[in-house]
Amino acid sequence: MNAIPTLELGDVTRRFGEQTVLDSISLAIPPGSFTSLLGASGCGKSTTLRIMAGLDRPTAGAVRLEGQEVSALTAHERNIAMVFQSYALYPHLTVAQNIALPLTMKSLSAFGRLPLLGTLIPGTAAARKEIQTKVSAAAEMLGLSHLLDRKPGTLSGGQKQRVALGRALVRDPVLFLLDEPLSNLDARLRVQMRAELVALHRRTGKPFVYVTHDQAEAMAMSDQVIVMIKGSIAQAGTPRELYERPTSLAVAEFVGTHAINLITPQQGAGEILSSAARAILGVRPEHVVPAPHGSFIAKLRSVEYLGSEIVLTLCTEQGVELKSIAPGTFEPPLQGDSVRLSFDPTCTHLFHPETGARIGAPECRS
Amino acid sequence: MISRSVSTLLLLAGATLILLPFLWMLSLSLKPQDEIFASTIALFPSRLEWGNYVKAFTETNIPLFLWNGFVVVAGILFFQLLFSIPCAFALAQRNFRLRTVVFGLVLAALLVPFHVTAIPIFLGLAAVNLLDSYAALILPFIPTAFGIFLFRQFFAQMPTELFDAARVDGLSETAVVWRIAFPLALPAATAFAIFSVTAHWNDLFWPLIATTSPEIATPPRGILYFRDQESGDDVGPLMAGAVIITAPLVLAFLFAQRKFLQGLAAGGLKG
Ligand SMILES: Nc1ncnc2c1ncn2[C@@H]1O[C@H](COP(=O)(O)OP(=O)(O)OP(=O)(O)O)[C@@H](O)[C@H]1O
Ligand SMILES: [Mg+2]
Repeated sequence: MNAIPTLELGDVTRRFGEQTVLDSISLAIPPGSFTSLLGASGCGKSTTLRIMAGLDRPTAGAVRLEGQEVSALTAHERNIAMVFQSYALYPHLTVAQNIALPLTMKSLSAFGRLPLLGTLIPGTAAARKEIQTKVSAAAEMLGLSHLLDRKPGTLSGGQKQRVALGRALVRDPVLFLLDEPLSNLDARLRVQMRAELVALHRRTGKPFVYVTHDQAEAMAMSDQVIVMIKGSIAQAGTPRELYERPTSLAVAEFVGTHAINLITPQQGAGEILSSAARAILGVRPEHVVPAPHGSFIAKLRSVEYLGSEIVLTLCTEQGVELKSIAPGTFEPPLQGDSVRLSFDPTCTHLFHPETGARIGAPECRS
Repeated sequence: MISRSVSTLLLLAGATLILLPFLWMLSLSLKPQDEIFASTIALFPSRLEWGNYVKAFTETNIPLFLWNGFVVVAGILFFQLLFSIPCAFALAQRNFRLRTVVFGLVLAALLVPFHVTAIPIFLGLAAVNLLDSYAALILPFIPTAFGIFLFRQFFAQMPTELFDAARVDGLSETAVVWRIAFPLALPAATAFAIFSVTAHWNDLFWPLIATTSPEIATPPRGILYFRDQESGDDVGPLMAGAVIITAPLVLAFLFAQRKFLQGLAAGGLKG
C-alpha cells in the first residue's frame, strides 16, 4: 500500500496541564481501511479522535489529511464525520432535521435557512429538495424512514445510534470517526450493529476509524488495529499480526478472547519450555490442550462448559494458575485429578521479564 | 390529613393577605364615585361602574404609558438575551484564559445592587446626552450578571459532545449558540424573561431618575402624573389605571406559569 494515507498523525503529543495524555503518537489511516483504536478506558482514544476531527489541537506534532497539513483547519473544513460516544443528537430537532443539519449548513445561505423568508431566495427550493432526497436515502439505508418525524428523546438506543450514523453519512465525508458507538447498546444489538457497520463501511468505501475498548469488536471488524496503552501506541497491525506476534506483554494480555497464560521464570517457565528459562512465557489457553502424551502435568481446579468448548482452570506443580481450552466433546476428569497437557512450542510467546518486550520466539502457525 | 388541611389553611391565609390590596384595587376600580368613600366597608360594589375604565383610557395617557412600558421591557429583554446567552455559553463551554476570573467577576457583580451604580450611570448618560430617552431606560439594564449566571449554570450541565457534534456538522460558534444552545435553554430563558419583564415593568426608581418627559413615561412613572393631575380625589379611574397596568403581567404569568416553574427547577433556582 503505497497510496497516500487518508489521514496521518505524526508524533502527536497532547498535554492537559501537567498530564501528558498522548505521547508522540504516529499512525496512518490508509484509504478505504477499517481501523480500530483499541485501548482501556482513559488511555486517550477519544482525545486522539478529537485531534483527528479538528475539535482539539495537538500540543505538538502534525495532522495530515491526504498529505496536506490540516492542523489549522476546523472540524468542518476537514470534512470529517464523527459519531460520538453519547450519540449527541440535537434534542430539539426531529430525526429528519438532525440528519439534515450538516447539509443545511453547507448548501443553504444564512437567509435561505430562515423558515419563511428562505423560500424567497433563488435556488433555495432546489437545495431543500436535494437535501430531502439525501436525507431520505440515508434514512432508507439505515431503516429509519418511519422515524423521520420523531424527536430523539422518544427513540431507543439502537435507533439513536442509527440517527447519529445517518447524520455522519449524508455529508459524504472523506473519513468517518466513530467513538465507541456501540458501547451503550445491549449485547445482541451490539453484534447486529457490528455487522451493519461493516456493511456500511463496504458500501461507502470510505475509511473508518473505530474506537473501542472491546478487543473482540476490534478484531472482528478491522483491517488494522491500533492498540493504545496509556497514551502511546503499543502496536499497530492486522488483527492476525496482533494475535500471532504481539510485540509486548501488554498487547498480548489485551488481545484474545481468553486471557493469555503467563508464566514467569520463577514459576518454572523454563521447565515447561527450555527456551523460556530467562523470559516470561506466554501461551494462549486455546493452544494448551489436554493430551495423553502431553509434556507437563497440572491439577484440574474447575471446569466451565460452554458447549462448543470447555474452559479448564488448572494449577501447575509450582502453583501457577493456567487456563486451557478443550473441545466441547472432551470428557474432563474429576476436579483435583492430574491432567497431562501439551502445547505447540511454535504457538508460544516470550517476553522480556523487565521491559515486557517481545523476545524472538518461534512464529505461531496454527 | 390534618397537617394537610393546616398547611392549606395557612397558604390560604397568606394568599388572602397578599391578594387583599389587589382585590381592593379591583373593587375600587369598579365602584361608582359615591361608594368609594362610603363609611361602611363593602368588598363588592352595588353595581359595576365601567366608567372608571373608560375614563382611564380616554382622558389619560395610559395607552401611551403601556406602549412605552412594552418598548422598554421588550428592548431590555431582547438585548439582555442577545448578549448574555453567548457570554454564558463561552463561560460554560469554551476554554480560554482567565475564564474563572471572568466568571468570578460575574458572581461579584451579582452582589452589587443597581442603586449603587445608578448615580455613575446617570452621570455617564448625561455626559453622552442620552438622558430622557428610551436609550436611557434600556441601556443600563442590558449587562445582566443574573442572566449570565443563570444561563451559564444551564449550559454547564449540557454535554460538550452535543456542541462538538454541531461544530463537526459545520456550525460556526455563533450558530452553535443560537441554533443549538439557545433552543435547549428555552425553559431558562422563559424564567429569565419573567424576572426581567416583571422587574422592569414595575420599576419606578430608574424612570424617575432618568426621564422627565411624560411622552416616554413607563406605566408606574405614568401613574404618578395621573395622580398629580387628578389631585387624588378621582380614585375610581386611578384604580382602573392601576388594574390596567398590572393586568398584562398577571396574564403573562398565568400563560407562562408552567414554563416558568420548569425553568426555575431546571436552573436550580427553586424558591
Ligand atoms: N479537556 C480535558 N482536560 C483535562 N484532561 C482531559 C481532558 N480531556 C481528556 N482528559 C484526560 O485525558 C485522558 C484520556 O481521555 P480520553 O477521553 O481520551 O480517554 P478514552 O480513551 O477515550 O477513555 P474512554 O474509553 O473512557 O472514553 C483522561 O485521563 C482524561 O482525564
Ligand atoms: Mg472516550
